[in-house]
Amino acid sequence: MNQLKKYLGLIWMLLGPVAIAILVWGAATNIDVAGKSDINKPLPWIIIIAIFTPIAIGLTIFGWYAWKEEYKRYADE
Amino acid sequence: MASPKGIWKVIAASSAGTLIEWYDFYIFGSLSTIIAAKFFPSENPTAALLSTLATFAAGFIVRPFGALVFGRLGDLIGRKSTFLLTLVLMGFSTFLIGCIPSYETIGAWAPILVLLLRLLQGLALGGEYGGAATYVAEHAPANRRGFYTSWIQTTATLGLFLSLGVILSIRRLVGVDEFTNGNGWRYPFLASILLVIVSIFIRLRMNESPLFAKLKSEGKTAKNPLKESFGNKANFKMVLLALFGATMGQGVIWYTGQFYAQAFILTKCNVEYEQANTIILISLVFATPFFVLFGWLSDRIGRKNIMMTGMLLGVLLYRPIFQELYQTADASHKNIASTSSSTSVNDDKKQTTIAVYKTFDDSSRLKTTVVQSASGSITKDEVTLNESGKWKMIALVAVMVLFVTMVYGPIAAFLVELFPTKIRYTSMSLPYHIGNGVFGGLVPFIATLITTIKGTDYLSGLWYPIGIAALSFIIGCLYLSNKSAKEVTN
Repeated sequence: MNQLKKYLGLIWMLLGPVAIAILVWGAATNIDVAGKSDINKPLPWIIIIAIFTPIAIGLTIFGWYAWKEEYKRYADE
Repeated sequence: MASPKGIWKVIAASSAGTLIEWYDFYIFGSLSTIIAAKFFPSENPTAALLSTLATFAAGFIVRPFGALVFGRLGDLIGRKSTFLLTLVLMGFSTFLIGCIPSYETIGAWAPILVLLLRLLQGLALGGEYGGAATYVAEHAPANRRGFYTSWIQTTATLGLFLSLGVILSIRRLVGVDEFTNGNGWRYPFLASILLVIVSIFIRLRMNESPLFAKLKSEGKTAKNPLKESFGNKANFKMVLLALFGATMGQGVIWYTGQFYAQAFILTKCNVEYEQANTIILISLVFATPFFVLFGWLSDRIGRKNIMMTGMLLGVLLYRPIFQELYQTADASHKNIASTSSSTSVNDDKKQTTIAVYKTFDDSSRLKTTVVQSASGSITKDEVTLNESGKWKMIALVAVMVLFVTMVYGPIAAFLVELFPTKIRYTSMSLPYHIGNGVFGGLVPFIATLITTIKGTDYLSGLWYPIGIAALSFIIGCLYLSNKSAKEVTN
């Protein structure tokens, strides 16, 4: 189990940048000056990407801690 | 620890205030269409921009920011004074929103003032919850912490219940036209001031949390709570664990089971406004006691197992439940028993409205309204369910709120036990508000984003909450402990 938790840390580290890339792609494909819904406006995307970037960095740091087995002593075993 | 009688006073005082804060925050959301018409006319680009800011900034930026500002204050000067301050801030912001003249009267000042007050609401909400949960937990004995804090957990759902109840009652009392086009919509905002004054009076009579008071008397309070919470590796990694292993999943389950369900019933199932909100109201009544039940149970079998079960059930059952909701309202497979229609012409607006009424053999009804004007035509369907359809929807939504009670009931005690007293307010508030405000609040936006992808359908938006809850479930199962801390001082 500890090995699984350690190696999953690599996945969590990757998920952070992937999440940001998906949001940037979403912004690039959906922002449309002619569109009227929120998804077409730049402002929601700016707010979401700005607030999500530190969270994604947090996920990467979480992955790093998991890789370094920092959470070993908190689990049930 | 507080005496058995004292703890109920603590719970009542904390819960009443938190309930009012949730009520205040929800009425803005529930009345957003009317508020947009009064303050943010879409033809004015500045007002439209301010409207977007009010929608997105209040939940996503200001709530976590409020968690930091008031969390820090709560760890420096005390829980009682801080969550009293958040209550005052929320109450007066809400009351003032109800007093602002419309855009037609004062022009651009109207949306600017509404935006500022909405941001203050978000700030206050960000500071309130952590204070109330911490305050109750620090009065509670270790073996009943889940049970006592679960009363605080009921307030988010009861706040939604109260806001819907007040809105529907006032709407009936003053009439739909006065409520929508006159001043009726202002009354739920104005009513807030009475609730807040009562709650402030109750809270003023409470004492400081015993654990914090002890720390303060010993001079052991944090000097810089933000630095000690997020600059200290041992604590920061627990903040990350709380966020990704618990509050992130809890946030999307919480939002989907209540708000996304409400929006889905209104906009995708096209159920009539009053019936749709009645369905939500009755479901909340059925499911709310389970917050307390699961809080109590978490003291016996552990918090993690219950929270993870709630997340797993959401992951597995959301799609079948939402599919069933859709099928219940879908009139395309029903047999028509009778049809009638009416036409009205509005010369002022140069509009013709054609309404077609269909009654089906199961007594459900469909009203299709076509409004024709020079700019084109708009069609709107409105379904009124029969009794069995209505109760079926109530049961389905109640099951989803049951998942909410599983993930949300024990989480206050779980968060409290993860962090030491001197930085608890700051440390638990941030992951909570990122989980609920950001991950939960993003559900409608990301759901819409997903439906823009080719080949998706009305259920595809659910992949966001399902994916986030699944991720949180995996992280929570692997990295969280099911053991509850006996002592919460350090």
